[in-house]
Amino acid sequence: MLTLTCPYCGVAAEETELAPGGEAHLKRFGPGASDEDFEGYLFARKNPKGVHFERWRHAYGCGKWFLAARCTATLEVFGTYPAQVSEPPPDIIAAIKAKRPDWKGYP
Amino acid sequence: MSTRLATGGRLIDRTAPLAFSFDGRALRGYAGDTLAAALLANDQMLIARSFKYHRPRGILAAGVEEPNALVGLGQGPRFEPDQRTTTTELFAGAATVSQNAWPSLNLDVGALNNLAARFLPAGFYYKTFMFPRFAWKHLFEPVVRLSAGIGRAPAEPDADRYEQAYDFTDVLVAGGGIAGLTAALAAAQNGQRVLVLEQTAHWGGRAPVDGIAIDGKPADAWVAETLAALKALPNVTLRRRTMVAGVHDHGYVIAQEAVADHLPGADLPRHRLWRIRAGRVIAATGAIERPLAFAGNDIPGVMLAAAVRDYVVNWAVSPGDRTVVVTNNDDAYRTALALLDAGLVVPAILDARASVTGALPAEARARGIRVLEGRGVAKIKGGKRVTAVQVCAQAGEGAALETIACDCVAMSGGFSPVVHLFSQPGGKLAWDAANGMFTPDPARAPTGADGRPFVTCAGAASGALLPAVCLADAHAAGGGTGPAPQATAPDEAPMQPVWMMPQGAPPALRAKMWLDFQNDVKVSDVQLAAREGYVSVEHTKRYTTLGMASDQGKISNINGLAILSDALGQPIPATGTTTFRPPYAPISFGAIAGEARGEIFQPLRRTPMHGWHEENGAHWEPVGLWRRPYCYPRAGETHAQAVNREVANTRQHLGLLDASTLGKILVKGPDAGRFLDMLYTGIMSTLPVGKCRYGLMCSENGFLIDDGVVVRLTEDSWLCHTTTGGADRIHAHMEDWLQCEWWDWQVYTANLTEQFAQVAVVGPNARKLLQALGGIDVSREALPFMTFAEGTLAGIPARVFRISFSGELSYEVAVPASHGLALWHACLAAGAELGAMPYGTEALHVMRAEKGFIMIGDETDGTVIPQDLGLGWAISKKKPDYIGKRAQERTHMTNPDRWKLVGLETLDGSVLPDGVLAPAPGVNANGQRLTQGRVTSTYFSPTLGRGIAMGLVLRGPDRMGEVLDFVAGGKTIKARICDQVFYDKDGEKQNV
Amino acid sequence: MSEPISALGGASAEGFARVTEAGPLGMITLRGDLAAPAVASAVKAATGCALPARRAITTQGENSAAWMSPDELLLLVPYPEAAATSATLEAALKGRHALVANVSDARALFRVTGPKADQVLAKLCPVDFATLPAAEIRRTRAAQVAAALWRSNPDEISLICFRSVARYMFDLLAVSARPGSELAPG
Repeated sequence: MLTLTCPYCGVAAEETELAPGGEAHLKRFGPGASDEDFEGYLFARKNPKGVHFERWRHAYGCGKWFLAARCTATLEVFGTYPAQVSEPPPDIIAAIKAKRPDWKGYP
Repeated sequence: MSTRLATGGRLIDRTAPLAFSFDGRALRGYAGDTLAAALLANDQMLIARSFKYHRPRGILAAGVEEPNALVGLGQGPRFEPDQRTTTTELFAGAATVSQNAWPSLNLDVGALNNLAARFLPAGFYYKTFMFPRFAWKHLFEPVVRLSAGIGRAPAEPDADRYEQAYDFTDVLVAGGGIAGLTAALAAAQNGQRVLVLEQTAHWGGRAPVDGIAIDGKPADAWVAETLAALKALPNVTLRRRTMVAGVHDHGYVIAQEAVADHLPGADLPRHRLWRIRAGRVIAATGAIERPLAFAGNDIPGVMLAAAVRDYVVNWAVSPGDRTVVVTNNDDAYRTALALLDAGLVVPAILDARASVTGALPAEARARGIRVLEGRGVAKIKGGKRVTAVQVCAQAGEGAALETIACDCVAMSGGFSPVVHLFSQPGGKLAWDAANGMFTPDPARAPTGADGRPFVTCAGAASGALLPAVCLADAHAAGGGTGPAPQATAPDEAPMQPVWMMPQGAPPALRAKMWLDFQNDVKVSDVQLAAREGYVSVEHTKRYTTLGMASDQGKISNINGLAILSDALGQPIPATGTTTFRPPYAPISFGAIAGEARGEIFQPLRRTPMHGWHEENGAHWEPVGLWRRPYCYPRAGETHAQAVNREVANTRQHLGLLDASTLGKILVKGPDAGRFLDMLYTGIMSTLPVGKCRYGLMCSENGFLIDDGVVVRLTEDSWLCHTTTGGADRIHAHMEDWLQCEWWDWQVYTANLTEQFAQVAVVGPNARKLLQALGGIDVSREALPFMTFAEGTLAGIPARVFRISFSGELSYEVAVPASHGLALWHACLAAGAELGAMPYGTEALHVMRAEKGFIMIGDETDGTVIPQDLGLGWAISKKKPDYIGKRAQERTHMTNPDRWKLVGLETLDGSVLPDGVLAPAPGVNANGQRLTQGRVTSTYFSPTLGRGIAMGLVLRGPDRMGEVLDFVAGGKTIKARICDQVFYDKDGEKQNV
Repeated sequence: MSEPISALGGASAEGFARVTEAGPLGMITLRGDLAAPAVASAVKAATGCALPARRAITTQGENSAAWMSPDELLLLVPYPEAAATSATLEAALKGRHALVANVSDARALFRVTGPKADQVLAKLCPVDFATLPAAEIRRTRAAQVAAALWRSNPDEISLICFRSVARYMFDLLAVSARPGSELAPG
């Protein structure tokens, strides 16, 4: 069972205090978008073995959504960060590259 | 025979005798005994019958690894099957029964299976019960079920209580033997927070039994001193009777504390499940002795050598008068010496090694024991008890060289480090060929959240079997800086891996060599599996059932995979181990459930009026975690009659509904209108202050997820009502979009659901009631339909919303929850002469269905869009965007062939069954009948005196008047498609 | 006006710690920009409490201010004052983007009292009570429901949950405090 540190309140919360929200950094496509873009937004999800970016809500805590960079194979957590970004911030990217030199980078 | 020795026993208190029973026989033991020790002391070696062949089974081990000696323990609501006698502490009055035997342990009919053993090979089930197919369900399975399973399930609810608790630590040490205590002290002296968990009631592990000296002191004395030192440290917590069951991701550890197993009936939680977060886990879990595979090694009286020693030293129990020791290592000589010390006879030690020269063998020889080198067991003689050992050359094929009479055999095939806690979270093992064992590979340890290793094995668990290296290893594992404690023990010569005895045993002997004692898996079974093409150890495990029983192969796995490797002609590490999964040993369902039983199985949500409903005979309907009154049956009334009365009364006079459970979410801010326009399909930003509007919410997939009335409270704040089940979900949905998509919009939300109690006042007399309560002008002019007013009603601060879900003149009154009950009483009192009566959720449903209003969860099921429900009027055509809009433009969603909502009236006036389908001509690709419609809501309408229904029907609104056949339970019911509004189509009643 | 009735009317239970439902308490949710000096001064003016830092709870007399999230405070005042305090805050924050809501009736407050109060909560919450500081409010889970708790006195933990689950919470606490079930090591 994971523990993730909420970047808002600083609590190292265990998984039972969190609600999962799937893949992070999805770009919304609304009316006017092509079928392909909309399908990708709504249904196509990455499922990597390795570095992955996820949405989590500190549901039994401060209630805030945050994002986590995590290795799906080893469960190593590279970092958590606020949700108000459209791509992983540089410090998270740097932390991942330090641990996973072979990582191809975002996206 | 086995018996209690006159003296000795380091763990028993001879001043405290305890009476207990086995299969009804009254027996006596001492405080400090395990059940197994006490049974042996009473010469009860035969404990159970084996799973498959019903072979006699005795006590094999002295700890958690015991495969055989399981009993049913306790009586009535405290009965529990499969209790390991070797780990259960004896208590006064313990009632135990043998398992897997009928009619009795001594005369067991199932033992006929044993005679047919050669017809019950590995994979027997798979091979035998295949054909004919129908026979499995009707013939094979019932018979198999009768004889399968170990133990009898309890028949009564568990009388005990259980609980859970959380703990946090820097270092968790699993195991309170000398390695665990050494590691714990080292870690604690570094200032780390240390938690030490020991599965038994005793500290020190087996070092005191083995006669180890540490730092010049006997092990017992060193253990006592070290414990005292640990207890004196504020950063150390020690817990006995607490077994670490599992080590999981990110340092999450599950352990079970047997708080009151030894104190049955005490007013204490029986088990406590610890949920621990550890920065690091030190697994000082020791090693488990392996049996040797020789013919008849399962006959009662054949025991593990170290266990024999434990019984003699710890509990002063002699497992037999004459014990032959069979070994491939020096450690078993300690058993021979301990037996001599106790005045018992050791006729011989059979050592598989060709030459034996170590210090312990030397001592044995010096004390007059015959040590036979290069010898093994050809077979054990005996039925329910060992009577003799036939000796053979280990290098040969089993020709008997001599027969030695004995009543106990102490065998040792070497030791397997207990690596479970290292392996469970993903640690990898290395094969130590010299010692014939898998050891944890520190280079491939499991890693935690930070990517660093978090489980270390210490002492014997890491493969450091000899006392001297064991303590150094444990000291280092604990991060010790100074010198490690020094253990003094005789040197031991290398063991010699022996996987089969004798090494050239012919098939007849191999078919009597047990690997897995509990599941009856023999050497021949594993070899058969290999011949039949099983290469993967995981497949072989499942095919043969090796290691699948409640002991999970603690003693059998290594021997089994060595045999498999040999049969496959590959080295042992190439075969590998099966996966180590938690729990290490079984934990109780009670502990897993913890406090969650009875009244607190689940949180039950109550409105402020809950107690009144209860006192007034409400029949409850669960709605999510809430309980809502379904109806209020009166004496002699059925529920249906009560519902009909409540509907009629509400339509004719006045009904009161506790609507407190409705979701109420405040949305406020400069961008709140814009936000709600995105959230709802309709436009909320243009709603004038003081007005209400019905709104629909969809998922981004276009499907309808919730509905409710939105109220514009002020220029920048709206109150959004949600369904009862939707309050938390919709609030989370709002926060998701605000935090993760439109984070620059200035909007705040607050879930006020529980702040307000809400009462729906419904019916022709509704206005009169509110006027009687007084304080707010609720006249037709002052408070028109779909508006609200704020003020004081009956002296309570209140909001009155003029909205209707029944088609009647109706108000919903919201007051602070602390005054909810007062409002309810005020309504009842003032309503008495207006015909007021409470009504429940079923009357609410009937009335909304009479009006053709949809209900989330009835008309919607996650695949329905608002357009399917004729709710186009609530969808803005002007807005460029809302959540779900793009999805609703997909071709599938705009297809005219979708199922759409219509009313349904049966031709005979009967009530359609809920959920029934209307078949259509033809079949689909799977040969199933096509369908063209489904009933979503169906009720008896007391207002109309007949059944009414709504349903989703293929192009339904275009087929008005058409009659469909609905099929239910083989019966066909004809229903005509009609308008879904059955009552007051023009809405005159709610507009008075 | 009728007397306000708290969820359990002040029920209590005795065990190795004492569990009490504390009766009505004024509670106000304030959402806004906590970094804005105007918000801090509005809180100070309305309650006397300093703006709490992250996860902190500040107290002044009978009033407290608790940090709930980066843009949310929970203000605790005597029940009868909640409406007036809300109005004071509304007025002070007029013209700013902020949300003030009187939520005094939405929740239940419990006190768990005694030297072993921590052990009661340690059975229910995934919280390390050994390292929970005195002036911290911790939002977490108690068994199956959300809760917020803090050390309101030496040997006392206060806990807030939603009103509808007050009975569940009381039963949980009472069961966890049953005599003899202390988490004493052995």
